[in-house]
Amino acid sequence: MLKRRKGSAAKKSPNSEPQLDENKEKKNNQLQEKSNSNAANLKGNVNFNSKSNSDERLRRKWSCVDNCCWFVGCICSMWWFLLFLYNAMPASFPQYVTEAITGPMPDPPGVKLAKEGLTAKHPVVFVPGIVTGGLELWEGHSCAEGLFRKRLWGGTFGEVYKRPLCWVEHMSLDNETGLDPPGIKIRPVSGLVAADYFAPGYFVWAVLIANLARIGYEEKNMYMAAYDWRISFQNTEVRDQTLSRIKSNIELMVATSGGKKVVVVPHSMGVLYFLHFMKWVEAPAPMGGGGGSNWCADHIKAVMNIGGPFLGVPKVVSGLFSAEARDIAVARAIAPGVLDIDVFGFQTLQHVMRMTRSWDSTMSMLPKGGDTVWGGLDWSPEEGHECSVKKPRNNNMQTARPNGTGNSANATRVKYGRMLAFGKDVAELHSSEIERVDFKGAIKGKNLANTTCRDVWTEYHDMGIGGVKAVADYKIYTASSILDLLHFVAPKMMKRGDAHFSYGIADDLDDKKYEHYKYWSNPLETKLPMAPDMEIFSMYGVGIPTERAYVYKFGPAAECYIPFQIDTAAEGGDDCPCLKGGVYSVDGDETVPVLSAGFMCAKGWRGNTRFNPSGMRTYIREYNHASPATLLEGRGTQSGAHVDIMGNFALIEDIIRVAAGATGEDLGGDQVHSDIFKWSERIKLQL
Amino acid sequence: MGSILRFRKLCFLEPVKCSDLSEKKAPIKFDDEKKSFEIPKIENKDKGLLEEKKRKKRPNKEWRCIDSCCWVIGYICTIWWLLLFLFHCLPANLPGLKVPEPPGTRLQREGLTALHPVVIVPGIVTGGLELWEGRPCSEGLFRRRLWGGSFTEIFRRPMCWLEHLSLDNETGLDPPGIRVRAVPGLVAADYFAPGYFVWAILIENLARIGYEGKNMYMAAYDWRLSFQNTEVRDQTLSRLKSKIELMYVTNGNKKVVVVPHSMGVIYFLHFLKWVEAPPPMGGGGDPGWCAKHIKAIMNIGPAFLGVPKAVGNILSAESKDVAFIRAMAPGLLDSEILGLQTLQHVMRVSRTWDSVISLIPKGGETIWGNLDWSPEEHHVCDSAKKKYQQAFDNNGNNSDSRTRFQIQEPTKYGRIISFGKLVSDLPSSQLPTLDSKKQEFMRNHSTSNSNAACRGVWTEYDEMSRENIRRIAENKAYTMKSLLDLLRVIAPKMMKRAEAHFSHGIAENLDDPKYNHYKYWSNPLETKLPDAPDMEIYCLYGVGIPTERSYVYKQSPSVRCNSIPFQIDSSADGSDNSCLKGGVYFVDGDESVPVLSAGYMCAKGWRGKTRFNPSGISTYTREYKHKAPANFLEGRGSESGAHVDIMGNVALIEDVLRVAAGASGSELGRDRIYSDIMKMSKKINIRL
Repeated sequence: MLKRRKGSAAKKSPNSEPQLDENKEKKNNQLQEKSNSNAANLKGNVNFNSKSNSDERLRRKWSCVDNCCWFVGCICSMWWFLLFLYNAMPASFPQYVTEAITGPMPDPPGVKLAKEGLTAKHPVVFVPGIVTGGLELWEGHSCAEGLFRKRLWGGTFGEVYKRPLCWVEHMSLDNETGLDPPGIKIRPVSGLVAADYFAPGYFVWAVLIANLARIGYEEKNMYMAAYDWRISFQNTEVRDQTLSRIKSNIELMVATSGGKKVVVVPHSMGVLYFLHFMKWVEAPAPMGGGGGSNWCADHIKAVMNIGGPFLGVPKVVSGLFSAEARDIAVARAIAPGVLDIDVFGFQTLQHVMRMTRSWDSTMSMLPKGGDTVWGGLDWSPEEGHECSVKKPRNNNMQTARPNGTGNSANATRVKYGRMLAFGKDVAELHSSEIERVDFKGAIKGKNLANTTCRDVWTEYHDMGIGGVKAVADYKIYTASSILDLLHFVAPKMMKRGDAHFSYGIADDLDDKKYEHYKYWSNPLETKLPMAPDMEIFSMYGVGIPTERAYVYKFGPAAECYIPFQIDTAAEGGDDCPCLKGGVYSVDGDETVPVLSAGFMCAKGWRGNTRFNPSGMRTYIREYNHASPATLLEGRGTQSGAHVDIMGNFALIEDIIRVAAGATGEDLGGDQVHSDIFKWSERIKLQL
Repeated sequence: MGSILRFRKLCFLEPVKCSDLSEKKAPIKFDDEKKSFEIPKIENKDKGLLEEKKRKKRPNKEWRCIDSCCWVIGYICTIWWLLLFLFHCLPANLPGLKVPEPPGTRLQREGLTALHPVVIVPGIVTGGLELWEGRPCSEGLFRRRLWGGSFTEIFRRPMCWLEHLSLDNETGLDPPGIRVRAVPGLVAADYFAPGYFVWAILIENLARIGYEGKNMYMAAYDWRLSFQNTEVRDQTLSRLKSKIELMYVTNGNKKVVVVPHSMGVIYFLHFLKWVEAPPPMGGGGDPGWCAKHIKAIMNIGPAFLGVPKAVGNILSAESKDVAFIRAMAPGLLDSEILGLQTLQHVMRVSRTWDSVISLIPKGGETIWGNLDWSPEEHHVCDSAKKKYQQAFDNNGNNSDSRTRFQIQEPTKYGRIISFGKLVSDLPSSQLPTLDSKKQEFMRNHSTSNSNAACRGVWTEYDEMSRENIRRIAENKAYTMKSLLDLLRVIAPKMMKRAEAHFSHGIAENLDDPKYNHYKYWSNPLETKLPDAPDMEIYCLYGVGIPTERSYVYKQSPSVRCNSIPFQIDSSADGSDNSCLKGGVYFVDGDESVPVLSAGYMCAKGWRGKTRFNPSGISTYTREYKHKAPANFLEGRGSESGAHVDIMGNVALIEDVLRVAAGASGSELGRDRIYSDIMKMSKKINIRL
């Protein structure tokens, strides 16, 4: 430091000197031409000369640092210059460029509809899904100093890199209670900022909010029902009184907007959360909100579910079972060993698993309805589905493949009902040819690994080798046996989960037991509220391959690691294109299969069923996925992906129209691209 | 001749040496050989020519300049990063730099836990505002903060920014096509600008004893609007009511503790009346609503009876700070070279904000004093006192007599605005009376000369003729009563708008049905407190800082377009120990609110059972003596008494925390008084 500073002091003189030098040089040139000698000039040159010589020595000494500094300075100034240009650039410039390249862009739906004369009418309530809501720290251990009221989840995630273990510790919940561990308080961010952007530049609700604002919405008639998405739905009320808060806010908005009922827009897990809310609000206190049996009819105009996993998401199974989904499986296939590497002491997956398993909410999205809905060993509602890798092509070039439907008959029927299968061959064999050994009785041996990898805790370490083997021996798991499996491999987690969620189908909905809150988020075990004027929309994207079933294998090192992992080597090839990298996929929005998102509105609640006693109208609005044409479009305006659909112009337009007073009929009733009605017919469910 | 040639050659070489580092070797050799001139002469010549050729090929001259610039920037950057890196590596607690323990931690150890939900009501200016709909010039600012935060937009598009922050001149609501709304949630006013805390420290300390989002609520409102308009436009009062009810229920029927600050104090006063008034004007709560839901109101730096600063603001968009700048760099603010006209813009915008009017001193001459009398008249200015004491030690008797002299001739604070320093001291008999001139105030509708030349009319001053302005200045001294008349003359539209929402008098008969109108609700002298005998009202404020109380004005010299005709006469300074400094008379207070305004209601107006406080709500005055931070490291200090900085005052935070955790005023130790508030209050002759 000291040396450098000296350098700089010395540097200053040469910096100023060269300019002098230049002048002198010019003068001298002139002198030479005139061959005129000047004594004064001469003297000056002498002085200058000796000075520059001494500088020269300094320069030699500092040349390396000098070079570095120069380089850094160059880059910095370039950067600042660009930054300045960027800031000075008019805000409409990117749009201008985009339009110049791709042709004129359509008006955003908000602008278009504002021109049509639509104005804000019904207050709007957003219910964000899992993962997208921000969480901030209110109290923490000493390692989290300085993070008070900073976002731990959402935003830049800077802390994940800075102090990963501390972060995992704070994000985890108590393994027994499913609530905060002692000394840690993580709370949801409130307000629209909670989930408008998940990370900088990655919008969730922001586009919808901006478009609603165009027709006159603002903070007073928009409300983000942010909740702690890690804990079970009833616990959000127990700990934070979130449900009471939502109730009070909806009541307030209805009162302050002149008695206009609210339009609720839940997304992803928020759909289940709001289902829970509708039961809670009408249930008597203390378990419920004590709103009376007409509360929903009086306060809610429509529920517009976006990408709702009504019947659960198969992804969650693999998530809970081995902390991986397709993305991780792909990463593993591309760079084998990186995730499992122990060199840096990362054990990333184990940490992630330990953390996610402490989150009760994930269990709300386990597939519901068992084999009746998701299919058995040899049957599934989606069978005969032609894999969506081909499907978009099929749509675009219908003329090119006139006998497209005939082809599907030839393809091997994928047995989607087998959600987990150990080995690819097992996944395809007929059920009579498979030998299964029941795992439930298996003894969980004591595991030696327990002593060697003490720092990381997953329940697998309580299981022992015997247990692990027994799990693999059972070979195939359907939706109902998956629950048994999870009970076996993660008993503590499932014990917590069972207290808050249920996955069955009700035989008799009037049974007293269904008044318990654990059934409220399962649409197959609750009745919709008595609100004949209310409308339920199910809006979701289609046309993207979505995980539906998995092929598993033993992990390579079954000691310190999660003993199972997706068998990325299992490829279906041409005759079974649905199997890729160990994952069978089906039509959906990348996360939620069509069946889960659409069944309730297509069949379960259609008309007067036992799940929908007041016969409220349901509508299905599907949005065909079209990936953005160019990079400039960002995440696209016609996307059907689970989160990106929130920027889909057609969906936004539908929401704005309903918020401005339209009914489902005005929108045009159902809008279906997938085979959801065909598949729903195959499900034998008493309605 | 030989030597001349040599020098020429040297000069040809030099620049190359400096610029081109890679070719350094040649010149170095040359340096070594320099002593023996004769031999290398020819070689050098050749070299020189070679270098010259090279240089001609590349534009070295320009490059060199950028080169050195880059070098400097690079050097600074590197150092900066290094320091930054070191700073981050620094352990959080340096042994020498022990951070004092926050009061929250200490009280938590004492066993205090969150009990009563806390409602925070921010004051004027501190709350953030964000854009929801704007003109084309504001593109890309949707839901960005226009007010609060980093204020970057001021520099990037100042005119656009001003346009969006202005309200409609007629209605006092949004101009068409513009929607600027208050930021909701705790983020609205935790930090005003990055690093400049407002509520953040209090929130953090509350969190330490267990508070979190569910039992803390920031009642953010659009502080530009009149109080009733926040309900009309945004339903803010309904929202606040609903939130308090919700928190009351969800926290086990615990009453809330309300902590308003500055203007939030009168906003909440308005709420207290609103919530129990019948709809449509009021919120329709039961008469017992306040008694049922509110445990205590802990007013921080309350501006109950208004702030003299507001007058200076409305009259000429300036206060002490601006006057000070003007004194330091005369002409800077008024210069037209830059085309800035900052003050004029500020005035134009701030005059559209109704809320400013709520801060005009209330209670007229009864409270604020008349031409010859004021409650504070014997106040000895603090800074002067200190200075004086030193002088006394040195000089002995001489200065002693001078103090006496000063005290015997009290400052006439009652003259809130006086034109000329002389006028501020004259006995009232020598002043022209207001009434005689009043007729002349009436505007003669001849358009003024300046109007023709200037295109836009910015402030209502532009509609006044020069002659009228001169007459106003001739009238010399204004007390609180005549000041309101003055404002009505110079800004008739603004006052018309504002007087529909605010009133500044004293009620004769509080049971008069006219007092059911909302315009009286924010004036403590024209409303009764709610019937809630168990409620407690605290006045918490800083003392020990000179605070603006009255002004010496002069007419502006310029006759330019849109100029403000009056300005504070910053040259008017009193003698050493007088309270007059830079055209402003000072009195004790917290830098913004004088003690009188902050403390009077709690000290006397509401003390015991008075007609303003029929149910006898107990009141407590807690003063915090200002102590400037000892060194730079303490930032804004933990014992500050300044209007906003007091929110970081440890003693105040402790009081708030204790009350929130269930303590009552008597457990805190009742009153804590440093100033002369009791004495001053006694001098105010008001029927209670």
